[in-house]
Amino acid sequence: MSALPTSSRTPRTATRRGGRAAAPYSFLAPALILFVAFLAAPIVYAGYLSLRRVKVSGLGLGAGARTEIWAGLSNYSRSLADPDFMPSVYRIGAYGLIVVPTMLGLALLMALLLDAGRTRVGTFSRTAIFLPYAVPAVISSLLWGFLYLPRVSPFTDLVQGLGFTPPDVLSGSWVLWAVANIAVWGGTGFNMIVIYTALRAIPTDLFEAARLDGASDRQIAWRIKIPIVLPSLIMTFVFSLIATLQVFAEPMTLKPLSNTISSTWTPLMKVYRDAFVRNDIYSAAATSVIIAVATFAVSFGFLKLVGNRAFNQED
Amino acid sequence: MTISTVVPAVPATAAPPATARNRRGNRRNSTLATVLLLLGALYCLFPVLWVLIASTKSSGELFSTFTLAPSTHLFDNIGDLFAYRDGLYWRWMANTVLYAGVGSAVSTLISAMAGFALAKYDFPGKKFVFNVILAGVLVPGVILAIPQYLLLAKVGLTNTYWSVLLPSMISPYGIYLSRIFAAATIPTEVLEAARIDGAGDWRTFGRVVLPMMKSGLVTVFLFQFVAIWNNFMLPYIMLGDDHLFPITVGLSGLLNQGASQPAMYITVVTGALISIIPLVALFLSLQRYWRVDLGAGAVKA
Repeated sequence: MSALPTSSRTPRTATRRGGRAAAPYSFLAPALILFVAFLAAPIVYAGYLSLRRVKVSGLGLGAGARTEIWAGLSNYSRSLADPDFMPSVYRIGAYGLIVVPTMLGLALLMALLLDAGRTRVGTFSRTAIFLPYAVPAVISSLLWGFLYLPRVSPFTDLVQGLGFTPPDVLSGSWVLWAVANIAVWGGTGFNMIVIYTALRAIPTDLFEAARLDGASDRQIAWRIKIPIVLPSLIMTFVFSLIATLQVFAEPMTLKPLSNTISSTWTPLMKVYRDAFVRNDIYSAAATSVIIAVATFAVSFGFLKLVGNRAFNQED
Repeated sequence: MTISTVVPAVPATAAPPATARNRRGNRRNSTLATVLLLLGALYCLFPVLWVLIASTKSSGELFSTFTLAPSTHLFDNIGDLFAYRDGLYWRWMANTVLYAGVGSAVSTLISAMAGFALAKYDFPGKKFVFNVILAGVLVPGVILAIPQYLLLAKVGLTNTYWSVLLPSMISPYGIYLSRIFAAATIPTEVLEAARIDGAGDWRTFGRVVLPMMKSGLVTVFLFQFVAIWNNFMLPYIMLGDDHLFPITVGLSGLLNQGASQPAMYITVVTGALISIIPLVALFLSLQRYWRVDLGAGAVKA
């Protein structure tokens, strides 16, 4: 490649400007077409459906007996008044309060331990802890689901040996913890890698000086490393939050093994039931919009609150 | 913006060769750190270890012998799994490879093109397009799955390979990453030079830009590959014909059958084991590409 200085631009380049101006749009075209077709259009369509309902005239038989009409906000009020909806929201709130701090706390701890480099088991542990990211949520729920069964669980013998009756973790209030454990198991490793990558990018001299002044590993972690990787922690927090509010595969997979998990255990499961079991797509659309707006408000609000330090850094 | 081509992301001046293994200096090992990391590793490996052992048991032994006691029925179980409805399991594996492989390859190319345009061109509407894509990163999939199904139903594409492939081809996060990677790795002078040599924009993209972005694009590809491989809700909603199922939806259905035919459980366990082998192998061999600093918005590879 000849590296001509940029100042040697010839008039010939100018004549090609028409083509040049179109180039970025042609590069963007496939992404924009797919974005509109599979993101924008479905969002608009969900909003539209949430404001519609079916009007049944006569006996509801024959063509034209069922017509779609505007419903105002009635789907929303119906959705919010559904006795299954608010419990699923509280459940997901409690679930998020368990999963997000536990998962990110463990991820940060493991990343700091790896970065401190005071152990010979670093590579092995890093690989082992990251491994669950390669296991789909359905498969991990399946594996843990079997391990939760009292007849399979290795802890049954252990707990019985100690003279206690082992709890059935697939029933009662234990289920929430059982599902949370699967999410923590699957998500810690990925977040650990993200934080670890950020830690590795900190220039060593930033804390070598502190160490010479007698700072301990713990002080260096709290005062230097954690503040520097804060943008990574914010991003992992936002992505974890979005994932938490959408939990679906884990409880759907555990459902056949547990009587406690109802078909509306999480808000997303309720959306699925309304749309495909009850064939009430209008109510399902309204519930989806409520969840999406809530998720967007929470994640966007959080990013604003922390001053948008994570996205857009280079602008 | 921190992009480092050396594997440990350390400034070259930081460490003398003696401390190459341990950039924080050769200091005493900490027993506590070792114990905590090993506990973490044990927790993460335990279910994998269990499924390895459980798939060697017979259907009766699964619920009667000690959890971690291996048996001798692995090949019988694999035989049963592959015999299930004339090898439907293989079909699910092949479908998963198709969805994840084709979906993420196309998605990566589309993301690279869009990311390159957003990073290296100035054009009216650029800021708007970028903000819309950024908002797309935060859109929860929940609002999309059902209207996507209804829209695809209108054009008769549900219950086809396309219904899973097409929505998987767009990844706002992939575009976001590609833009950062293009901005960091492609010097404007190189583009100028190619232009002066008479190369068109597409030729420059194919011959110059793509090779320079390669390691970042591997990361984008892996991200999308794992996301599609692990996806459950989209194929679960879109597909009715079990010959089109990916492995996640297929195994979930098998588990449901176990409620009425407990002999099915051992087949499910064996199927779970075999299904995780390819992705685990892919992970271990491409581990060095997982250097994603979400905070700095940087891909380090």
